Amino acid sequence: MLIEQFNPLEDKMIQVMDENGEIVNADLMPDLKSEEILELYKTMLKARTIDSAALSLQRQGRLLTYAPNLGQEAAQVGSGYALKKTDWAVSAFRELGMWLIKGWTIEKIFQYWYGSEWGSHFGEEIRLLPISVPISSQLSHAVGIAMAAKFRGESDAVIAYTGDGGTSQGEFHEALNFAAVYKTPNVFFIQNNQFAISIPSSKQTASKNLAVKALAYGMPGIKVDGNDVFAVLAVTRAALEYAIKEGPVLIEAYTFRMGAHTTSDDPSKYRTDEEVEPWKKRDPMLRLEKYLLQNDLLKEADIEHLKTSFQEEAMAAYQSIEHTSDTEIEEIFSHHYAEMTPQLEEQLADYLAFVERSQR
Amino acid sequence: MPEITFREAIRQAIDEEIARDERVFILGEEVAQYDGAYKVTQGLLSKHGEKRVIDTPIAEEGFTGIAVGAAMVGLRPIVEWMTFNFSLMAYDTVVNSAAKMRYMSGGQFSMPIVFRGPNGPAEYLASQHSQALQSIYAHIPGLKVVTPATPYDAKGLLKTAIRDDNPVIFMEAEMMYNLKGEVPEEEYLIPFGEADIKREGKDISLIVHAKPLHMVLKAAEQLEKLGVDAEVVDLRSIRPLDEKAIYDSVKKTNRAVVIDESWPFASVGSHVAWLISRNCFDLLDAPVELVSSEDVPMPYNHKLELAAQPTVDKIVAAAKEVLYLK
Ligand SMILES: Cc1ncc(C[n+]2csc(CCOP(=O)(O)OP(=O)(O)O)c2C)c(N)n1
Repeated sequence: MLIEQFNPLEDKMIQVMDENGEIVNADLMPDLKSEEILELYKTMLKARTIDSAALSLQRQGRLLTYAPNLGQEAAQVGSGYALKKTDWAVSAFRELGMWLIKGWTIEKIFQYWYGSEWGSHFGEEIRLLPISVPISSQLSHAVGIAMAAKFRGESDAVIAYTGDGGTSQGEFHEALNFAAVYKTPNVFFIQNNQFAISIPSSKQTASKNLAVKALAYGMPGIKVDGNDVFAVLAVTRAALEYAIKEGPVLIEAYTFRMGAHTTSDDPSKYRTDEEVEPWKKRDPMLRLEKYLLQNDLLKEADIEHLKTSFQEEAMAAYQSIEHTSDTEIEEIFSHHYAEMTPQLEEQLADYLAFVERSQR
Repeated sequence: MPEITFREAIRQAIDEEIARDERVFILGEEVAQYDGAYKVTQGLLSKHGEKRVIDTPIAEEGFTGIAVGAAMVGLRPIVEWMTFNFSLMAYDTVVNSAAKMRYMSGGQFSMPIVFRGPNGPAEYLASQHSQALQSIYAHIPGLKVVTPATPYDAKGLLKTAIRDDNPVIFMEAEMMYNLKGEVPEEEYLIPFGEADIKREGKDISLIVHAKPLHMVLKAAEQLEKLGVDAEVVDLRSIRPLDEKAIYDSVKKTNRAVVIDESWPFASVGSHVAWLISRNCFDLLDAPVELVSSEDVPMPYNHKLELAAQPTVDKIVAAAKEVLYLK
């Protein structure tokens, strides 16, 4: 209902909880037990803690280039929480909160950013795709996965992420078109964090919002307050349900990248403090904290306690993988084809002989 | 002569050509306000304005196609791909349109366009983001492919590329942007299809293009310590290819190692090695060796990514092989 009723041309967005942690749209408040609300909060806080740990590790030269997550926790955790275990999640590259929910372990996440393909070896239980560098290339794959679910008669949905910048790619449009024509169980989730590196959304598109793009393809498009975890969860749940029954949905989660694009970027070059300031009040963590405190689900003291324990968990995870990712030469050759080709076997033998000779 | 970086050399070429010819403009992701993802276009927006230095949405096929259209009606676009890895999104419009439009129109449409950006492995970027793609471009008739390895060559070749009426693939390297070298203040152009002997020698020819040149020069120093006098031939442009320079060198040395950081199968390197084997058969004292990247996607792990690429040691080992030195 929520899905069909929303008209993105009106340029409004769905909100359940406002900046003060007040529930402003009780009809849409997802039905959650206290423990579940706390779980949402803890996952967001964990994501934020890991994120800041990753940033300082990167600055110490102990992690490679890293794409920070600060400010986007509600969009990611809220949407991830709506998935059932057998639903697929197709990553762009900035979805830490969703990854944690999907079961990508902190160890593996760090291992990935430490520079090891083993980090993206999730195991079959975890229906998640690795980070995809070519922007929006993952969206067509998501349609293929959804087609396969339909093909096999399974009632799983596929959520696929991209950014506001990602909506400019041809593959974004092709994926939406296919999904709508084939009526595949896809949810396309755009994290509109206002910037693609230095380029603001207004230079990326002339549409009045991103949700509106869905209409031309013949699917519903919904804009949601991406810093409101309840609204994101409600909308994503409804969208997944709709996707399985009727076909694809596009969600625009309106949020803000509080930090840099990646650790190699300096955002002060392209945006002012005045632009960033109002978003601090809209911080998704603050808002949920207010709600929890007001509803006696959490005490101030718990917050610090949780932060410390997540920080410890993050560092322990990092330490368990630091220095262990120095994989063997053989691995360059062995995960390349289903079976190692005779040519590769020969190359490997040559290589090992070369290494032996140069060590002599 | 002033010393400038590879990055500055490219910037100077773009800057001078934009100033010289009102039809020239540059477009790409982050080239304007952000001064370029790798700061190659630093200052060009403020100097030349938004008409000549254009930020694009993230849509490589789109802005590359736009440039093709503009070139067909007489503008002279420079397309910056943030890296050649993302040029793959635009490969169709390069191969099917830019490279063929003149041919398909019986010569009516000109295609004065430069596609440029960093190519080849950098560091810590993993398989989708760290690829040497010159071979797939060199394969395409209708394209010219240029791969400078010094600031001097970069500037002279880029100016030639911008003035060329054909589509030119101009490949830089992230790892070379800070490399310094002498570049004269007065204007100069370097024609395509002229290799440059970066080191003269008589015992063996080391034939290379692009960034591995610097590795090859180090290998040549090591070989010198073994009493081997290596000649280093820098191809500079691989399409057109200066075959004569290659054969002249091999005539002198009778031995050759070809170094190419792309994959070995059907590559620029394997093509050059074949040319030498075929055309210098009677001159050769040993089979031609090829040092390439291993035939695998680029590992993310640093130790492994270095192991997957040509190295000084691999080049020296190949040279010793060809010289029958143990
Ligand atoms: C095809 C392609 N072109 C360019 C890039 C370089 N690049 C990496 S992230 C990025 C910006 C992405 O912006 P957006 O989709 O809004 O996501 P955000 O970074 O804001 O999360 C760009 C241009 C890339 N990875 N892939």
